[in-house]
Amino acid sequence: MSIAADPIVPTRGRSLRGVLRRVAESAVTPLELDDVLDVFHPLRSGAELRGRIVQVVPETPESATIVLKPGRDWAGHVPGQYVRVGVDVEGVRLWRTYSLTHGPRPDGCISITVKAIPGGVVSNHLVHRARKGQMLQLAQAEGEFVLPQPVPAKLLLVTGGSGITPVIGMLRNLHSKAAAPATDIVLVHVNATESSAIFRAELRALDAAGRIRLVERFDDTHGLLDVAVLAELVPDLDERLSYACGPAGLLDALEAHHAERGLDLTTERFRPVLVEAADGEGGGTVTLTGAAGSGTTLEVDGATPILDAAEQAGVLMPSGCRMGICMACVLPMREGAVRDLRNGALTVAVPGETGPQGVPIQTCVSTAAGACSIDH
Amino acid sequence: MTAITRKAENPVAHLTPEDVEQIGIELDAIRQEVIDSRGEGDAAYIRRIVDVQRKLELGSRAVLLVSVLPPAWIAGTIGLSVAKILENMEIGHNVMHGQWDWMRDPKIHSTTWEWDNASTADGWKHSHNEIHHTYTNIVGKDNDLGYGIMRVDEDQRWHPFHLGQPLWNFINACFFEYGIAAYDLELGKNLAMPKEKRSAEFKANLGKTLRKIRKQATKDYVVNPALALPTGSFVPTLAANFVANLVRNLWSHSVIMCGHFPEGVETFEKAALPEKETRGEWYVRQMLGSANISGSRFMHLMTGNLSHQIEHHLFPDLPSNRYAEVAPKVKALFDKYDLNYHEAPLPQQVASAWHKVVRLSLPNGWLATTTPANAPKQLAMLWKMTTGDRRTRRAAQARLDQLARRQRTEVAAAA
Repeated sequence: MSIAADPIVPTRGRSLRGVLRRVAESAVTPLELDDVLDVFHPLRSGAELRGRIVQVVPETPESATIVLKPGRDWAGHVPGQYVRVGVDVEGVRLWRTYSLTHGPRPDGCISITVKAIPGGVVSNHLVHRARKGQMLQLAQAEGEFVLPQPVPAKLLLVTGGSGITPVIGMLRNLHSKAAAPATDIVLVHVNATESSAIFRAELRALDAAGRIRLVERFDDTHGLLDVAVLAELVPDLDERLSYACGPAGLLDALEAHHAERGLDLTTERFRPVLVEAADGEGGGTVTLTGAAGSGTTLEVDGATPILDAAEQAGVLMPSGCRMGICMACVLPMREGAVRDLRNGALTVAVPGETGPQGVPIQTCVSTAAGACSIDH
Repeated sequence: MTAITRKAENPVAHLTPEDVEQIGIELDAIRQEVIDSRGEGDAAYIRRIVDVQRKLELGSRAVLLVSVLPPAWIAGTIGLSVAKILENMEIGHNVMHGQWDWMRDPKIHSTTWEWDNASTADGWKHSHNEIHHTYTNIVGKDNDLGYGIMRVDEDQRWHPFHLGQPLWNFINACFFEYGIAAYDLELGKNLAMPKEKRSAEFKANLGKTLRKIRKQATKDYVVNPALALPTGSFVPTLAANFVANLVRNLWSHSVIMCGHFPEGVETFEKAALPEKETRGEWYVRQMLGSANISGSRFMHLMTGNLSHQIEHHLFPDLPSNRYAEVAPKVKALFDKYDLNYHEAPLPQQVASAWHKVVRLSLPNGWLATTTPANAPKQLAMLWKMTTGDRRTRRAAQARLDQLARRQRTEVAAAA
């Protein structure tokens, strides 16, 4: 919609297509042609990436699988990867990251499986209020939590709660072919209760068919899983390549356990581990000095990411994974100090010392540590 | 009108400082109620309006492709006029106020929106959001008050030049979008200074505005008419675009005049305002400096809900679809504090605003003291004031003031 940005035209602007597009742009200014086309065909090639909900499948009382028809420009994904999803909740666009729970499907659809977490605004909305026909905003698939190719002979998969979501995508992909894969898979699937275990029927069916060995653990019947018993549950543990996804406590314990035995472990974390702000520590005033922020001043307490605070104030902020990995939210800090919410580390920018471009900071995991000004 | 502080009866004299602060607290509470209940319904409202507007505009432009046929011309022109009005008033104005920023949708956001108007979004946001909404109705500070070309207050000395202001005002109404662009640029001030003294900022903004005007004109007067060439509808399409722009200009000018210019809306003196206004004081100035238009839901929509000008000025960043529900609460507050909630139907407000334009184009008191009986004498005096020097004008003005005073005493005696 900006008049400053010229429309994207093919490099050879003299091509018929390029000429037609320029004429069309000049007929609809100040709108861009895409704004007009969006009215009629929001999933076309060249549009911002979106997906239309084609099906909502309840999995457990508190979880559901959302099947989406993505826009034409969806570039595909590898099972185990995640996708950023923009959802309008109560009219406000909120972005979250969810694992893709199918491999590439013949119908071209993608799916995410969402577990409603208590107090979770987006997860509760998606599980309980998402309906067929609604439109979600999408980003391309991302993530390194994927199986190596060729798939190793022996695998151990450990999942806790909704940590099953990237893994189910891997399993479905491996077992979608007529012939069973040669890989020997053990899945240790940990859940609080049996009824809250997502995909349990499907996983048990795979187990019954001999395609995987499923080890189910429920906190209410077996007690919290002590990773020390893993060797009993999976005797050939040392021969297996391990993948784990779940709550931080489980992953931390597994990492320590595997490191001690000298084993490799690939993990996927849904949430960054944050350092608790001590009382009275941190916080401060953030000034956004650029065109988008236009001088907005934010009071940020020492526990809230600058990204969240700015969005609360109505500023459009670049954002990505919201957990400090994708760098989509990075902005230059000209002056002041911020604290990294994951480890408490301070980053300081001093004009004249830290260079005219400022210090790039990740707004999604940084909070103010005193006054600071950010160029946005 | 006279700036509020110079009036014999100051309409806020009965308010204590505590009252003023209490008004601020109560208005803040009304505002918070809306913010707390903003949600899905509001988002759906603005998306629907945007969708309807785009389809209406595209449909109208499609119909105009065969506008050589009179029914197509009429339908297309009406449709395009309505679409342009919706785009400027209910969508553009309100989106650029940040009323929908809370949705965090980059497509409907004050920082990304560009509107179908000669002035650039950035220029307009500065002159409108920052200057007009902050310094509302402060004579000499708020450019919306007469756009720097009109006499808007009795306290401004009358000059024969002002006799032309009904005409300027009409011309400004016809080409309102260019008028806005010019005053966003402070064109008058800048053209008055030597070229080399004009700021780099002005030059940059002038360039941007000219580019915008070129793009707008190319769309309305070149590309769309050219697309209608195959049916021989070039000229009818061009005419339709011109008429639609004219209708939009006249309409938006009328609505905006109604917001702050009808008789009885207060103006303020810069010198009489406190150095740092409290929130309560700012609220009270907004309450007295704006006027509402009463009417149907369609009328409210077509004015971009600026018919709820008082509510808009109190809460410029609340979603426009919520002003209607806020209005009764605001009105109750006016009643509680015995303040004048200025509201009238559109024709009445337009007439009142024009009456004021005409009245102020003439020397103070001239219109009020003129009757059919003394018209020749009054006209002779006006002629003398127009052609005479400053001393003549001062003397004649003194006579007019005396006449007006006598008239007021007579009216009072009769009552």
